[in-house]
Amino acid sequence: MGDFIEVGDKKIDVDEDGFIHKWDDWSEDAANVLAKTENVDELTKEHWVVVNYLREYYTQYKIAPMIRLVLKETGKRLGQEKAVSNKYIYELFPSGPAKGACKIAGLPKPTGCV
Amino acid sequence: MADEKERKTPLLDELEKGRWPSFVTDLKKIAERKPMVKDLLGQLELSYKEKKGHWKHGGLVGVRGYGGGVIGRYSDLPEQFPDVKMFHTTRVNQPSGWFYTTKALRELCDIWDKYGSGLTNVHGSTGDFVFLGSNTDVLESIFTDLSKAGWDLGGSGSDVRTPSCCNGPARCELACYDTLDMTYDLTTTYQDELHRPAFVYKWKFKMAGCPNDCVASIARSDLAVIGTWRDNIRIDQAAVKEYLDNGLDITSDVVLKCPNQCIRLEGNELSIKNEDCVKCMHCLNVMSKALRPGEDKGATILIGGKAPIMEGALLSSVLVPFMKMEKPYTEFKELIESIWEFWDEYGVARERIGECIQRVGLGNFVEAIGLEPIPQMVSQPRDNPYIFYEEYFEEGDEEE
Repeated sequence: MGDFIEVGDKKIDVDEDGFIHKWDDWSEDAANVLAKTENVDELTKEHWVVVNYLREYYTQYKIAPMIRLVLKETGKRLGQEKAVSNKYIYELFPSGPAKGACKIAGLPKPTGCV
Repeated sequence: MADEKERKTPLLDELEKGRWPSFVTDLKKIAERKPMVKDLLGQLELSYKEKKGHWKHGGLVGVRGYGGGVIGRYSDLPEQFPDVKMFHTTRVNQPSGWFYTTKALRELCDIWDKYGSGLTNVHGSTGDFVFLGSNTDVLESIFTDLSKAGWDLGGSGSDVRTPSCCNGPARCELACYDTLDMTYDLTTTYQDELHRPAFVYKWKFKMAGCPNDCVASIARSDLAVIGTWRDNIRIDQAAVKEYLDNGLDITSDVVLKCPNQCIRLEGNELSIKNEDCVKCMHCLNVMSKALRPGEDKGATILIGGKAPIMEGALLSSVLVPFMKMEKPYTEFKELIESIWEFWDEYGVARERIGECIQRVGLGNFVEAIGLEPIPQMVSQPRDNPYIFYEEYFEEGDEEE
């Protein structure tokens, strides 16, 4: 059972919210497919700054970074002195950093509190 | 197909017996036209039978541009109950003090009937107007229809939860500030914090007009704003006499019940030693025609209340004993923002502000947000008799 996405001729298992089950299933092509499901038409340079940071952080700590860190680090990587605003992230990823950005980066579903 | 769905619900049926209204009866009524509710009844019956919940924990769904407001719910038995495979909750930001026109209520129900299960949870402990049960694909339409009608989603997840307040001055003479206005003001000021979760955990504001605290802000919010006054209780001696004439036993019902024994009745004359008053509100509640709060009104700000999830329950304790609460609430907002800054920096994941303060110590916390420590912040005396006085620490001494 279960849902999947199609990347090229590969089928990748995802959960009911569309998050990839296996970390190693992710690829840049998969990210492009996932982006479409999150109302992101095309992954631009700015998107990749966030996605790459999420993947690097997860590789190191096995957990998604706190949003505040994402805002700070994104600002830094864009060469700004200040952190970017939360709204900036929502403009890039309309469903937000947790659902949108993490999904596209292939991170497991963040467990939020209801 | 319809017959297939006719399920027997003997355990739930028990809840329809007796003289009381039953949610089961309500659900059955709606189930006649909503297949989703039919499966809900089926799943609930099974839960009662197996003594086990069949909702998966959490889930991540939402609407464009917002991170909060919708809570994902999925059944863990989607094959058996396909119509509740998805059963998401949508929170609608309620008006201050829960004042609705019947037109507004109809509007909400119509929107919900069109897209969702039709089931609502109107002002349970969450506070918001809660829509229970919808599929993912209708979420954007719900949001669009709500927005068109002038509504907005509430908070969920690690954000500012929908601020809420008591009826305040709209219906109550004891209100010491405009709780309704302040709630609306905070809601509009902190839109970004409300809709785009960025905190380490949830943050709740509750505004109570007086120390009666009808919204239980002291227990139910991270930051409670409780109306109070700092001058004297106003006494109308003529009204006191009227109470006596009408047979109220002021001595036993009011004077002797004062926790700090600061009320005296001599003849027909009532007097209050205001400096001893602890604002228990008993005398004002019993003799509401004769006694009124003072004229120099404002609010006490308390911090740290929460229900047990990660750690045990906490009641809020005093942070600022008195602050004037007048538009545009600049002093209050500056305080909030400095607290958030601290919490963002030092709070660990899923740590409420009350737990964070317990961990770092109140002394460190007030120093970090720029408040002077004062006796009112002490909720109970320390039980450790060994005290380290920094004043005795001299330069050159080695810290051990």
